[in-house]
Amino acid sequence: MDPFVKLTGVAAPLDRVNVDTDQIIPAVHLKSIERTGFGKHLFEPWRFNANGSPVPDFVLNKPAYSNASVLVAGRNFGCGSSREHAPWALSDYGIKCVIAPSFADIFFSNCFQNGLLPLALPEEQVREILDHATANPGVELTVDLEGQRVWSEDEKISITFEVDSARRHALLNGLDNIGLTLEHEDKISAFESSRGL
Amino acid sequence: MPPQTLFEKIWDAHLVHDEPEQPSIIYIDLHLVHEVTSAQAFDGLRMADRPVRRTDLTIATADHNTPTWELTRPVVDEISIKQLEALTKNCEEFGVTLYDRFSPYQGIVHIIGPDLGYTQPGKTVVCGDSHTATHGALGAFAIGIGTSEVEHVLATQTLRQFKPNTMEVRINGELPAGVSPKDVILGIIGRIGVNGGVGHVIEYTGEAIRSMSMDGRMTVCNMSIEGGARAGMVAPDQTTFDYLRGRRFAPQGKDFDEAVEGWKTLPTDQGAKFDRLVEIESSSLEPFVTWGINPGMVIPVTSRVPDPASYSDPNEREVAERALQYMGLEPDTPMEEVKIDRVFIGACTNARLEDLRAAAEVVKGKKAHPDVYSMVVPGSALIKQQAEEEGLDRIFTDAGFDWRVAGCSMCLGMNPDILEVGQRCASTSNRNFENRQGKGGRTHLVSPAMAAAAGIAGHFVDIREWS
Repeated sequence: MDPFVKLTGVAAPLDRVNVDTDQIIPAVHLKSIERTGFGKHLFEPWRFNANGSPVPDFVLNKPAYSNASVLVAGRNFGCGSSREHAPWALSDYGIKCVIAPSFADIFFSNCFQNGLLPLALPEEQVREILDHATANPGVELTVDLEGQRVWSEDEKISITFEVDSARRHALLNGLDNIGLTLEHEDKISAFESSRGL
Repeated sequence: MPPQTLFEKIWDAHLVHDEPEQPSIIYIDLHLVHEVTSAQAFDGLRMADRPVRRTDLTIATADHNTPTWELTRPVVDEISIKQLEALTKNCEEFGVTLYDRFSPYQGIVHIIGPDLGYTQPGKTVVCGDSHTATHGALGAFAIGIGTSEVEHVLATQTLRQFKPNTMEVRINGELPAGVSPKDVILGIIGRIGVNGGVGHVIEYTGEAIRSMSMDGRMTVCNMSIEGGARAGMVAPDQTTFDYLRGRRFAPQGKDFDEAVEGWKTLPTDQGAKFDRLVEIESSSLEPFVTWGINPGMVIPVTSRVPDPASYSDPNEREVAERALQYMGLEPDTPMEEVKIDRVFIGACTNARLEDLRAAAEVVKGKKAHPDVYSMVVPGSALIKQQAEEEGLDRIFTDAGFDWRVAGCSMCLGMNPDILEVGQRCASTSNRNFENRQGKGGRTHLVSPAMAAAAGIAGHFVDIREWS
């Protein structure tokens, strides 16, 4: 897995609550057996009209935000399905950090498996970032996981945060969870024998 | 030992490794695999030259992509064919049992697990699908996982998890007539909200749950994720044991009786503490229908489409306005006057035998509304066969409802069963997200009986008034 240490990039405001996985990547695009190539379908229902033309009002279709690498959204982001294609699509598009007041559990966990930081901040701080990114199209944010701080280039935004230490360590170092678990393989075997499995 | 909840007992019994501030490593007893979320996981194993650790605890089926037309007609979507072929190839290469499109045991992954007796009380169950909570109805701890975690379980038969919090949802009193398990879970989600359960495992308790059948409990647990919960569970009891006895892959004979003795120790101890409690009176539950774009946007069928202008919170108002615009509904319209184009009876929420019986009872001797196309999709090949032995298929087809072969069908818009733009559907599935059943489709979640009645009447009806 690619590590996530520090990122500077355009922040795109998506001021909606309960953004679900069917909007992030519709099921019809889950048929691919690859891990890449999902970015072109990211937010397809909102981003494109039925004839495939871009919806001009959608944030990622506005030139100032089209190369965003930070997405800022409302509460309960990623609710719905367990599809890891959701973080794959975000990441493939170029979005490496989603900031929201809260996340759905499975989406949250899936992000950490893919070098993507789901950053949960208090609602009023997310509002502040949303408003700032809306008022200043194309404004860049820096998200520093090592220093646990997020700030805008003009320093109007400067917020410290805390990410759970185990998840932070894994993301900073791009650790392979399977490798970590297999360090305890003796314990897995012992568990199996004790249970007669 | 302090009193423990059902969840805590299962969690403790599966701890392989635990250290402070790290996720615990828990053992997984049953791993269910399907075509959509597994291909990249098998690829990962291949790249790292890792085997599937426990092929005997891993079962695969094809359900999401498979068309529900007759089996003699082939799959035509080329990308679907590739994904289905990848599953077959991966299962062969890694030695995993696969119930493919033509197997008598094929079906929706969350229907076949319990139906075949794989899912049992006290087990840890995972699947790369958010509706894995369904299996919790048997007193298992069952959670949906992503593809990386699928690979992790394939390789290690364990999962790294932070211990979730616990939440009791207690439904007091017997259910009123005409109120189904689907209405119970829609009522719960309406109450706690679509993120009300985030970070929690819900245990459903109370009289209404105790007197519910296994099929009904599975409907309730199925939609736990729609309330944001990590899992949903029901303590095993005689209903659970009677359901499991004699099932194909459940313990048999004396082994079964011994297993039951163990399962009887699982229910939450008196005095055990949950982190949260939500209490709901059964008498407050009614036949529900969703009006918006998430399952928390739900109202009794006898009420009217909400008016966003009545919302005091401007954010909530905007969300409601957007929802009504997408759904093509006017504020204050009585739900019973909302006309529909399609009916979908199926999905892991409501495609078990009891669901099909409830729908058939409503339809029996009646004719489908001429403007509505209705389809009934049994949850598994075995359920299809049982339903046909009871003559349910004839009741549906005589009324003009389509009778299909098993699969996820129109729950999620990734196989040929989809809504057209603007079509309105009374659906027994679990998600009414925008575009879920097909781009521009409008989904209203209801119980099987309510869906069936809507297919006859052409609009939503209060099932308590149905004759």
